[in-house]
Amino acid sequence: MIRTEHLVKSFDGRIVLNDISVEFDQGKTNLIIGQSGSGKTVLLKSIVGLHMIDSGEIYYDDVLFSGLDFKARKLIRRDVGMIFQGGALLDSSTVEENVKLPLDLFTKQSEEEKLERVNFCLRRVNLQDANGLYPAELSGGMVKRVAIARAIVMNPRYLFCDEPNSGLDPKTSVVIDNLIHEITVEYGMTTIINTHDMNSVMEIGEKIVFLHQGRKWWEGTKQDIFHTDNRELNDFVFASAMAKRAKKVTAID
Amino acid sequence: MKLFALFGNYCILMSKVFSRPEKRSIYRQRILFEIEALGLNSIGIAALISIFMGAVITLQMSINLESPFIPRYLIGYATRESMILEFSSTVVALILAGKVGSNIASEIGTMRITEQIDALEIMGVNSASYLILPKIVATVFFFPFLTILSILIGTAGGYLIAIFTGVMNPGDYIEGLMYSFKPFSIWYSLIKIAVYAFLITSISGFYGYFAQGNSLEVGRASTKAVVVSSVTILIFNLILTQLLLI
Repeated sequence: MIRTEHLVKSFDGRIVLNDISVEFDQGKTNLIIGQSGSGKTVLLKSIVGLHMIDSGEIYYDDVLFSGLDFKARKLIRRDVGMIFQGGALLDSSTVEENVKLPLDLFTKQSEEEKLERVNFCLRRVNLQDANGLYPAELSGGMVKRVAIARAIVMNPRYLFCDEPNSGLDPKTSVVIDNLIHEITVEYGMTTIINTHDMNSVMEIGEKIVFLHQGRKWWEGTKQDIFHTDNRELNDFVFASAMAKRAKKVTAID
Repeated sequence: MKLFALFGNYCILMSKVFSRPEKRSIYRQRILFEIEALGLNSIGIAALISIFMGAVITLQMSINLESPFIPRYLIGYATRESMILEFSSTVVALILAGKVGSNIASEIGTMRITEQIDALEIMGVNSASYLILPKIVATVFFFPFLTILSILIGTAGGYLIAIFTGVMNPGDYIEGLMYSFKPFSIWYSLIKIAVYAFLITSISGFYGYFAQGNSLEVGRASTKAVVVSSVTILIFNLILTQLLLI
């Protein structure tokens, strides 16, 4: 479980996150949604400690993460996996080297054990025979899969995904969504996905937090979305005519 | 004020760079990789410039020191001293600031804007140390070899020009090379290049590490890295000469 309390973050005096208190459940796929510029990525990066927060508290289970120093945070980060928007694979390393890096740095496993683990993770994301390829030789979907393999190689307890579907076609997006969801359930992780892809919301969203103008505007399940009268959320989720029709049909049902 | 803030940030980054590495064996591998990328791959440019520079210095000296009162062997002596004292350390460092400095700043800057550095941080890796320390160690260790190579090739360039153009007797040139040789000059040159190697790599790493935004910013960071490294080299040339030779 991850929890934030009264989290505030500003850049050059401009408040980007204002008093965010939210709890993300373990073993569930938690989604942060909102328009571009609503503060989704800043919230995600603040929770993982890539941004220093102005005030408020961030808890990983019962540990006050925001109160820890750099060394103590490093220990928690061994339990964290993150999938970045562009994959963030190291360009100068092969797929195998990218996935193996955390094992090289933080475990005392033999080379054979490490390779076995790397191959297991690559098989888990359906990427066999790609070990020797460089990131520049991969498609967008493959990059995301390698990023997922790297994120789970250390058996993390917390998984963060920053717009994992950006730049992918709808079919590949569904594959990536399902993969993240399956892994979350399989390992009982606390997964937080930052997205504005409504397909993701409907496919895998179990707990959804809607940000608007830097504030937590709404939270609930994907079923709740169809029955809410929150105007900003409805404007965001049911922006297209097709989505509006879908909402009407679902509400009638 | 901005300069102090910049220097403060540089010092903070260096304290991160020189903190205890996660796993020494990984760093050893990365140092070897960087020796090849930043050192071995610079041999060509250093050798090319050195041979031409040695040849030009010899030509210039022989044209300008044409006097019955000045012994011809002094041309070889002047070429040797120019190569050892200034060219093979300072001028080679300025050239390497362009080649290696822009390479480091753009590589690390690109890693910053594509979130590769964030990915390392999330893994619990000290990204500053992981990315910059192997480069510093590699250049401080290898650039002195480039300087020695540059001295040898530069003086050979002077010898070759003496043979092929006949501007002076090659025997006189050799005599000049051996005239009044002070071994400390070599140490002076090696100390200078080691300091320059640290400056080039750390300054370029600093500008790359704090690059923000898009590819334009990476370009700007790369340019700044080269300019600041070059100016710092010139300033330290003055300081080191004062400290070591006077």
